[in-house]
Amino acid sequence: MTVVERVLAVIEAHRGDRGALLPILHGIQAEFGYVDQSVIPLVAKELNLSRADVHGVVTFYSDFRSEPPGRVTVQLCRAEACQAVGSERLVEHAEAAYGVKVGQTGADGVVTLAQVFCLGNCALGPAAQVNGRLHGRLDPARLDGVINAEYEARTS
Amino acid sequence: MTTTVYVPRDAAALSVGADAVAAAITREAALAGRAVRVVRNGSRGMLWLETLVEVVTEAGRIGYGPVTAEAVPSLIANGMLDGGDHELRVGVVEELPWFRAQNRLCFARVGVTDPLSPEDYRAHGGLTGLRRALEIGPAATVAEVTDSGLRGRGGAGFPAGIKWKTVADTPGELKFVCCNADEGDSGTFADRMLIEGDPFCLIEGMTIAAFAVGATEGYIYIRSEYPEAVRTFRRAIDIAYAQGWLGDDVLGSGLRFDLMVRVGAGAYICGEETSMLESLEGKRGVVRAKPPIPAITGLFGKPTVVNNVLTLASVPAILADGGAAYQALGVQRSRGTQVFQLAGNIARGGVFETAFGISLRDLVEEHGGGTLSGRPVRAVQVGGPLGAYLPASGLDLAMDYEAFAEAGAMLGHGGIVVFDDTVDMASMARFAFSFCAEESCGKCTPCRVGAVRGVEVIDRIVGGEDVDDNLALLGDLCELMTDGSLCAMGGLTPNPVRSALQHFADDFTPRRVTP
Ligand SMILES: Cc1cc2nc3c(=O)[nH]c(=O)nc-3n(C[C@H](O)[C@H](O)[C@H](O)COP(=O)(O)O)c2cc1C
Ligand code: SF4
Ligand code: FES
Ligand code: FES
Repeated sequence: MTVVERVLAVIEAHRGDRGALLPILHGIQAEFGYVDQSVIPLVAKELNLSRADVHGVVTFYSDFRSEPPGRVTVQLCRAEACQAVGSERLVEHAEAAYGVKVGQTGADGVVTLAQVFCLGNCALGPAAQVNGRLHGRLDPARLDGVINAEYEARTS
Repeated sequence: MTTTVYVPRDAAALSVGADAVAAAITREAALAGRAVRVVRNGSRGMLWLETLVEVVTEAGRIGYGPVTAEAVPSLIANGMLDGGDHELRVGVVEELPWFRAQNRLCFARVGVTDPLSPEDYRAHGGLTGLRRALEIGPAATVAEVTDSGLRGRGGAGFPAGIKWKTVADTPGELKFVCCNADEGDSGTFADRMLIEGDPFCLIEGMTIAAFAVGATEGYIYIRSEYPEAVRTFRRAIDIAYAQGWLGDDVLGSGLRFDLMVRVGAGAYICGEETSMLESLEGKRGVVRAKPPIPAITGLFGKPTVVNNVLTLASVPAILADGGAAYQALGVQRSRGTQVFQLAGNIARGGVFETAFGISLRDLVEEHGGGTLSGRPVRAVQVGGPLGAYLPASGLDLAMDYEAFAEAGAMLGHGGIVVFDDTVDMASMARFAFSFCAEESCGKCTPCRVGAVRGVEVIDRIVGGEDVDDNLALLGDLCELMTDGSLCAMGGLTPNPVRSALQHFADDFTPRRVTP
């Protein structure tokens, strides 16, 4: 399928939904890993919206990435409850160990580091979501273990 | 004979390896030649014990925790499947002091049942509330909720019955019930645990709300940070349709109610109800000015009930047992139970449901066991990122809406975040501003720009630059944000800042900067 066909298939799946733009954008991100600028005109046309409207929505929400993520996406919780048990030390470790700043993907395309504010695991912090899976009571060694396991699962 | 073993499927339990524990139990039991049935329940809420494994015995459900996959062989070798002794054995779960001290209404089934089993749901009192509502009619249902004294659990504490009455009294062919499951406050996870641990209860609560106000469509807005909750709730909806609990003819009563899941996209402000409605309409989550209120002009301009997960999940029990029974619990104008959440640097974190009025100190020290680090408690933030910081000396505060308001604090969604004495309160105040800057919807200047200025001012204070002037500036800035913001995001960000400054002034003195 071409990119256009894949985007249209996502849109079609949400045809009957009220206010379908968010479900569609989530669908596109699930399909491609990110929401490329180039799909915005198509989405706008299909939903009878202006490009500016769609662009505005894509940029308002921090979930929608404009670039492909690395093989392992690490979302580190930096909200208060995790700060209380050392999340900032974990952020420092991750930045140093993987050579990326929060919000970036490594040049080798391996790790994307992102921050989130609360994952609902505030009694078992520091918490992180790695490729969509939740982890708690993390320390640098456990985080490295999780990242390695995810990396291997994606490359083997 | 088959032994039943419970292993939670709650995301918090999964985060510390519950899936691996379940797999290890299945494997080791087979090796030992024992027949087991592993049930994936919700979490009991004693999160420090996760993964908490429960074995059904004649003496009751015996708990073991925290269990890791590595510990399973030794547990099974020591007779765990017969409730045998082990250093991880905690005893009969429902007799544990932490559990017995609670009064679980909203969380009655969470951790007890298989969340996706309709048979379990029925066997544990499910649908009684909805059946009673259908019997007594919409107006009496609204009255029951009003009489219960139930107030919104999302933060603002607005009486649920009054909101419902407004929607019921507003004419309209199309009305909506929207469940706010954006749960963005740090230190809160009860919505998530309820959705994952007893989703049918929320479906029942939303259906009762729809019946009471005359709505035919419902949406639940779940934050994208909760993928497990999204998965569980979608499955629960499918099952509910198959059972005839949703759809064209709910329980054969002729009631029509359709329920859809919508997933947020990483914006804290979308927990504010009008921003959530914008987001549900597929737009940027920019806050709407009120009036008009959502009850009259809500989703797509239609009359809409917006309630928090815990508000709606409290409704089935209120209908089943009557508003008066609920009203009998609690203090003053805070009636019923609240699901408190102990989080952060806490030895025994989790959910603790009890009547309003318990003291914060009891929760943190007696039930929570103090800090995880073993160091002294220094600060406690109640009510999420917009809530005030309280010093360790200020914990003798009753947990009810009025007592908190009097103390210049707020209960919010019931989250309690504990910090030990290593916390730097100037940096927490700075964080409050930077969080607001990051999450502001951008509609008003005091919030959007003020928060950015706030970060700079605190940096200058701790940097030793014109400290007195900058402290005065900080005060002005807080006042401006309080008075000039459209919603509580900008309006309440001064709460954590001012309280940090008031109770922990020493932290705001210039630091020696290491060269
Ligand atoms: C910045 C901000 C964030 C909010 N976040 C949430 C939230 O995550 N969940 C929630 O239920 N209510 C949240 N609220 C409160 C809602 O606006 C609204 O009062 C609530 O959903 C109404 O339901 P209730 O009456 O059952 O509490 C938030 C309010 C503000 C100002
Ligand atoms: S106070 Fe902040 S979040 Fe609220 S409406 Fe204004 S800019 Fe938006
Ligand atoms: S604060 Fe980190 S999971 Fe809630
Ligand atoms: S944002 Fe334009 S005037 Fe407030």
